[in-house]
Amino acid sequence: MKFLPCALVLALGLLAAIPAQAEYGDVVLDRSSTRQGMRAVVFPHWFHRIRFRCKVCHSELGFKMRAGANYVQMNDIINGKFCGMCHNGQIAWSPDRCDLCHSAKKGVKPGIYGSSETTGPSRW
Amino acid sequence: MARRALLLVLLAGLCAVALAAGQKWLAIAKDDLHDPQSPAVGVLQEPAEALGALGALAPDAVGNQVRWVRALDQGAIQPRTNILPETKVNLRTTEILLVNTAHMGLVKFPHRQHTAWLDCSNCHGNGIFEQKAGATRIGMLRVLAGEKCGLCHGAVAFPLTECDRCHSVTRGSPEHAAFNGALVREGGAP
Repeated sequence: MKFLPCALVLALGLLAAIPAQAEYGDVVLDRSSTRQGMRAVVFPHWFHRIRFRCKVCHSELGFKMRAGANYVQMNDIINGKFCGMCHNGQIAWSPDRCDLCHSAKKGVKPGIYGSSETTGPSRW
Repeated sequence: MARRALLLVLLAGLCAVALAAGQKWLAIAKDDLHDPQSPAVGVLQEPAEALGALGALAPDAVGNQVRWVRALDQGAIQPRTNILPETKVNLRTTEILLVNTAHMGLVKFPHRQHTAWLDCSNCHGNGIFEQKAGATRIGMLRVLAGEKCGLCHGAVAFPLTECDRCHSVTRGSPEHAAFNGALVREGGAP
């Protein structure tokens, strides 16, 4: 009968270990969105890396590697910088499709998100 | 007796739920990051659609549950290398041995897999890694704190739970001997 309580604890432990949030590498950007009455931006690394190598955005487009190190403003995007290099209606949807990027839940904190195993860099 | 059977059924159910939930990709409306009321829900591609297919070809137990380098090598994905036609795409195949690893296996850093994704300037010339092999102090504490390798590993590349994928060379093994006492060797094989 010792087996049952042990297994119950194990099962509950497994449940507790379930990822609560996000897909590995998702980044929430909120330098000014919430402040200006928009939803924050969710950037999915997984979606973009299927189509572009890291070097496209982190070398050609000038995105610094560390989440939070880039101040991406709508004006720049509309002028073809940062996201606007592709999100211009040519390669990907144009910046007037606000809600497709500005899609975060209210109160979600900016930063890079992890997964079930790691909750993101330097969070243990 | 009936109570015990009931408990067992409950337990099996709980385990099944836990295991199933641990393997799936969260739906966008349920990932606790997107606003379920957002017009983007239903328009954005679902992780399970893209990663499910890739995960079947190049499965992983961690991160996005996809072995990204394997998916790239197999041609399952063909991500663009550049947007501007004039951009020079830099590739390199040398392997670097990191030897100050205490009781852990030595680390073999392969340029091939990294330059397939990244440009030299992402790691060199910006204070992250010196160009000269052996000149950079790395250390697991820094990596765990999100510096050096930890800038990507633990964020977008496979996480730091996968010790042996980097600490892969046993001291004195043929693989170690192949470096001939040097820290750099020409790669070739993945």
